[in-house]
Amino acid sequence: MGSIISVKDMCLWYGDYQALKDLNIEIPEKSITALIGPSGCGKSTFLKTLNRMNDLIPGVKITGNIYYEGTDIFSNDVDVSHLRKEIGMVFQHPNPFPMSIYNNVAYGPRTHGITRKVQLDEIVEQALRDAAIWDEVKDRLKKNALGISGGQQQRLCIARALAIQPKVLLMDEPTSALDPISTSRIEDLIMELKKKYTIVIVTHNMQQAVRVSDYTAFFLLGELVEFGKTDDIFSQPKDKRTEDYITGRFG
Amino acid sequence: MLNQPLSKKRKRYELLLKALMLLATGLTAALVLFLLLYTILKGIPNITWELLSTSPSYLEERIGILPDILNTIYIVIATLIIVLPLGVGAAIYLTEYAANKKIVSIIEYAAEILSGIPSIIYGLVGMLLFSNSMGTCLMAGALTLVIMNLPTIMRTTQESLKTVPQSYREGAFGLGAGKWRVVRTVVLPGCLDGVITGCILSIGRILGESAALLFTAGFAHAVNGIIEGLAAPGATLSVALYVYAKEQGEFGVAFAIAAILMVLTVAINFATTFVQKFFAARRS
Repeated sequence: MGSIISVKDMCLWYGDYQALKDLNIEIPEKSITALIGPSGCGKSTFLKTLNRMNDLIPGVKITGNIYYEGTDIFSNDVDVSHLRKEIGMVFQHPNPFPMSIYNNVAYGPRTHGITRKVQLDEIVEQALRDAAIWDEVKDRLKKNALGISGGQQQRLCIARALAIQPKVLLMDEPTSALDPISTSRIEDLIMELKKKYTIVIVTHNMQQAVRVSDYTAFFLLGELVEFGKTDDIFSQPKDKRTEDYITGRFG
Repeated sequence: MLNQPLSKKRKRYELLLKALMLLATGLTAALVLFLLLYTILKGIPNITWELLSTSPSYLEERIGILPDILNTIYIVIATLIIVLPLGVGAAIYLTEYAANKKIVSIIEYAAEILSGIPSIIYGLVGMLLFSNSMGTCLMAGALTLVIMNLPTIMRTTQESLKTVPQSYREGAFGLGAGKWRVVRTVVLPGCLDGVITGCILSIGRILGESAALLFTAGFAHAVNGIIEGLAAPGATLSVALYVYAKEQGEFGVAFAIAAILMVLTVAINFATTFVQKFFAARRS
């Protein structure tokens, strides 16, 4: 399977502290890649580098290259607005804007210049359907998004991300703030989404990685220790550190 | 041990302290109430329709405060129109754009000091800065009030900007929104309450300001439209209060104005609480 994102010798520093060391990884298209590792191992930092959300943090320095469909995302002629339209993001805590459900989903398309009501209506409905939340909210699209439950808010945020029709969806521990029922709904949704999207998901939950992902990358202290098919990583890890981690010896 | 009564001495001591604190509280409350009631009771009988709706005339031996009411309204409008974009703009820049946090904190500290400076100093500076070039007029007064209220508007807006969760900004950036779009659509609506609170506080300050305006805006009592009014000298209600009491010995009129200002102040306090409650309720 072809890769949609390839990372070459990438390092990242927060000031003097090196958070990511010489990463090389190829993210396969239309599949789910899970990033696992103990807290502080750099997996979230790595995720946020893929759509350049780290630009917002002062003092971050990056070397090496990340290619998205062959284009270096750090090149000067890449507009980060376009990059983030291609590579969408869902955050750890549901963060709908304090506006109506409709306006939340329409925010992205409007940002990218779509203003026709008919077209917006269509996009909003499709995104909400794809995020498996349409039936629950279709009668209250004009209601404030902060009024729905946490699990619904997270699916709304997924819908919001889908509405700009990205090719890649980055998810930073999307279920860590949710109850088990909402978590399982979102996991089902993620598996459904891989038909159309490439998904990279950070998770602390080993079972979740096994349940949903096709590929797994194990990070430790800013290094990529092992990357491969999820089944292989969990059944016959090549590296001793991976084995220790997935068997729960540290983390 | 437990069921032994406290010693008499200790009991008396407790009682004495309690009484002293009650006295202090009572005195404070009494002073506030006295001031409020005295002003309002002395003022209200002097508030007549004629007073509110006419200009003063020496020929007809009549005193009216209509020009002062209009001047106050003009100066509030002119000040807010200038101070709002400046203060809100500065607050947005400092909170959302400025990268050098050290300079930001120096500016914040300076604004803090600026809002504590006695207003008569603003008057002095305003006189040299504005009245010398444009003459004594409401506009010169308004510009002086702009300098006075800039820190207030800036700081209340800033504090309110800081309460907008970072996750909203991240969410919007993550959808490919540019900086200005994020600020306009996600950050600014969230800090509306701060801007409104700042406005109300400023209106309160403008209503009560006399020292700074004595230097800059003058004492005239002529009825004008807003444009001519701003270009001409004129007294606001607070300044008129000073003039009528101190220079003309018209204490009835002075107390009438005082009562009006007092009621407005109370109304402004209520408005501030209302705005804060309204937005707090909307957020939850």
